[in-house]
Amino acid sequence: MTTTRPGAAGTGEDHFQSHYIPNTTDEQAEMLAALGINSIDQLFADIPAEFRNPTLNLPTPLSELEIQRELGGMAAKNRPLGSGPSFLGAGSYNHFIPAIVKSLITRGEFITAYTPYQAEASQGTLQVIYEFQTLICNLYDMEVANAGMYDGATSLAEAALMACRVTKRGKVALADTVSPAYSAVIRTYCQSQDIVVETVNPSAPALDDQTACLVLQYPNYFGYIEDLQSLVDTAHQQGALAVVSCDPTAMGMFQTPGHYGADIVTGEGQPLGIPPSYGGPYVGLFATKQQYIRQMPSRLSGRTVDKNGKIGYVLTLQTREQHIRRERATSNICTNEALYALASTVYLSAMGKQGMRQVAELCYHKAHYAASQISDLPGYSLPISSPFFQEFVIQCPVAPAEINRKLMEKNILGGLDVSNQMANGMLLCVTEVSIKEDIDALVAALAEFK
Amino acid sequence: MKQGGNRQTEKLLMQRSVPGRVGAVLPDLDVPAQPLPDDALLRNELPLPEVSEPEVVQYFTGLSQLNFSIDTHFYPLGSCTMKYNPKINDEVAFQPGFAGIHPLQPIEQSQGALELLHKLQGFLGEITGLPAVSLATLAGAHGELGGMLMIRAHHLANGDTGRRKVAIPDSAHGTNPASAAMAGFEVVELASDKDGNVDLDGLRAVAGPDLAGVMITLPSTLGLFDTNIVEVCRIVHEAGGLVYGDGANMNALLGRVKLGDLGFDVAHLNLHKTFSTPHGGGGPGAGPVCTTSQLAPYLAAPIVTKRGESFELSTPEKSIGKLSGFHGNFGVLVRAYTYIRTLGDAGIKSISGNAVLNANYMMNELKGTYHLPYDRTCMHEAVFSADLQKERGSSGLEIAKRLLDYGFHAPTMYFPLIVHEALMIEPTESETKETIDAFIQALIDIDREVTEDTQLVNNAPHTTPVARLDEARAARQPDLRWQPDAAD
Repeated sequence: MTTTRPGAAGTGEDHFQSHYIPNTTDEQAEMLAALGINSIDQLFADIPAEFRNPTLNLPTPLSELEIQRELGGMAAKNRPLGSGPSFLGAGSYNHFIPAIVKSLITRGEFITAYTPYQAEASQGTLQVIYEFQTLICNLYDMEVANAGMYDGATSLAEAALMACRVTKRGKVALADTVSPAYSAVIRTYCQSQDIVVETVNPSAPALDDQTACLVLQYPNYFGYIEDLQSLVDTAHQQGALAVVSCDPTAMGMFQTPGHYGADIVTGEGQPLGIPPSYGGPYVGLFATKQQYIRQMPSRLSGRTVDKNGKIGYVLTLQTREQHIRRERATSNICTNEALYALASTVYLSAMGKQGMRQVAELCYHKAHYAASQISDLPGYSLPISSPFFQEFVIQCPVAPAEINRKLMEKNILGGLDVSNQMANGMLLCVTEVSIKEDIDALVAALAEFK
Repeated sequence: MKQGGNRQTEKLLMQRSVPGRVGAVLPDLDVPAQPLPDDALLRNELPLPEVSEPEVVQYFTGLSQLNFSIDTHFYPLGSCTMKYNPKINDEVAFQPGFAGIHPLQPIEQSQGALELLHKLQGFLGEITGLPAVSLATLAGAHGELGGMLMIRAHHLANGDTGRRKVAIPDSAHGTNPASAAMAGFEVVELASDKDGNVDLDGLRAVAGPDLAGVMITLPSTLGLFDTNIVEVCRIVHEAGGLVYGDGANMNALLGRVKLGDLGFDVAHLNLHKTFSTPHGGGGPGAGPVCTTSQLAPYLAAPIVTKRGESFELSTPEKSIGKLSGFHGNFGVLVRAYTYIRTLGDAGIKSISGNAVLNANYMMNELKGTYHLPYDRTCMHEAVFSADLQKERGSSGLEIAKRLLDYGFHAPTMYFPLIVHEALMIEPTESETKETIDAFIQALIDIDREVTEDTQLVNNAPHTTPVARLDEARAARQPDLRWQPDAAD
């Protein structure tokens, strides 16, 4: 199995001919001769001898055939969402992805390119980013969007930091209906910068003249639509910014955060053509108003002309960024998630005006159908009466954990157990991929508990 | 260089839009339609493109052909480790058992994923000699932030509240000072000595009771192994500080030395550099953080632990908290795992050996033509200066742009900041000697062109889809999205 063989004369170490590394022992010997030395090990003489060439306790190499077998075996121990009815959301969503998304993002010219610092050699990536910025602005009805952040959580945390820079204030008011994971990441980002994070109730948020921003989620973590207009107005009355994390799929039908006057809009880009992939890689969406552009984190692609007057694209306003501004940069972000910004751009192009509306409406009607069927069951109720999109909370007659175990016996992946936030609460998500039979099977299974 | 073939790429998506065209067909609603919410809650306009599927495929394929990439061009971008990205890694990561699993599904339904992550933690711990690992950070700079927050938490837990300063060499990546600042530290710059090592006297001068730690890239961004490194760690530790390692350049050290043995306390790795995961035109990456057992309780959540025969997600005792929405860039982690399994113990060492051999061979062939400010054995990359060419009228930027005409991606330019007219070249282990020889010849030819036809070099590139772009205009009049009322 192992293809290690004794080293060729002169190289001074065992030679392993990997299919990823072209140099043969003869070529190595030729290059070493040009350097006037006789072993590769001599090139590492600057490493203190007592620490050089440590024991390396790793497994032996595997052939591609063996890799397929081993990794296929590991994958088989997981239950993919497609293997049965699934109603889990809470920040990662099971949506249809057109085949062209994977086909295009795996083109070598995209997937094996670097960050487009060398503009003349990177026009494809730069134009894609410009398209991405355009479509995200249109989706959220905002004036400017960046090239993307790591994920929805970090995007929102960076928005909170940006609001503090813009307002020169040090307090973040965080609605208690924002995802607990997002809230945790905001706290981690803020902990070292002397920024105070206060949890507020969005039905009556207590803000003051030290509040930099009111942080909201739309639809909120539990799937419901809050009165965004009055919340944005409340923030503005205190001179604070309104920061909204917004599900892009909901934008196929619901009013935009831009319409309500939100100052920074972020989002998890995963619903836009990115598989759930156990939580990543995703892409963070980030949009704001023109006036705050110089406080934005992350890259921006700008349209300009070349010296012959031909339209082209470059990374621009880079004086905000770490490679120029170092410790005074707006963020430390460098590598972001360009390939998944591309995936989202391809997805939005393919779905387009009609497709995005259809997806949103399918999610809406199927989720509402499921909610009405479940609320008719004895022992179940819908504890929240606000409008919702594709997620909603049900109050169960017994502990949700118990129900979920029974559902899994029928190969149904139930909702998220939120009983720590709402008594016997389960957060369900229904998207366009669930067919009526799946929903009816869920309802029938739930009916067994009273 | 292809110019987009027959498929034109100039028109943007919104300009291609034709009312009524669709790019995807969805199923009909199979449940009774439900009442819609109040009209005021709904949007009217949805300004997205209306294009058919063939147009989408042709447009993006055309755009892809405007890029240089590893698969199409030699890409010796220093500090970026643009090595071959194995296709099997993508295939493995995209299979439904990995790509199709939900981050919050029960751990009983995710044991294969957790097993992979647990083993990867072990591999990275073994390679760095820093056995405790969190995979939750999503890029190199994200790992730096996590590592520096751990250093902060460690000092605060010891009641050591006065350690506000972090010392960083003048050769460091910009992310280092930016990450230290985000973690709440004041940055002090460390000078490099004449050999490119950290200047020890300078370090001693800042190694006091207010020093939280240092951030060291090894090998440095000069492509050099710092021969003072053990002494650097000793000075910092004696002053009560900790040593952070930026693992961006780990490709040089794989299997040759462990950071933990040298005295590093915390380090991140760039899986999208050293471990071959594709850079994707600017991400996704992954920046796992590796540390000592002493600092393990501070790692970012979650980490994967094994209980009996099953794997679970857990939060370290004194964790700095969560830094990402879920468990890290899983798809990237799968690729890195696959790469390490493919190369194994023998192959890992072969990576560093060949990467360093290729870099030294190239450096040696070019040092008669281009000025080499630090003339010593290099590691995975060599940093030249174009000072000699600049005297004859062409800067490092112009030489880099001219390389594009020869079909080579440019090296990293003007970095590190301490080298004038820097050209930082990293060939990696996955290139053939023929390619490296052709690249060497191109740089020698360009040097001759600088003398014989300076304007040819200074107006380069001549063969790319666009010529040199007006960056000043882009920054002065930012045009960051297409709008219907724009002039074109």
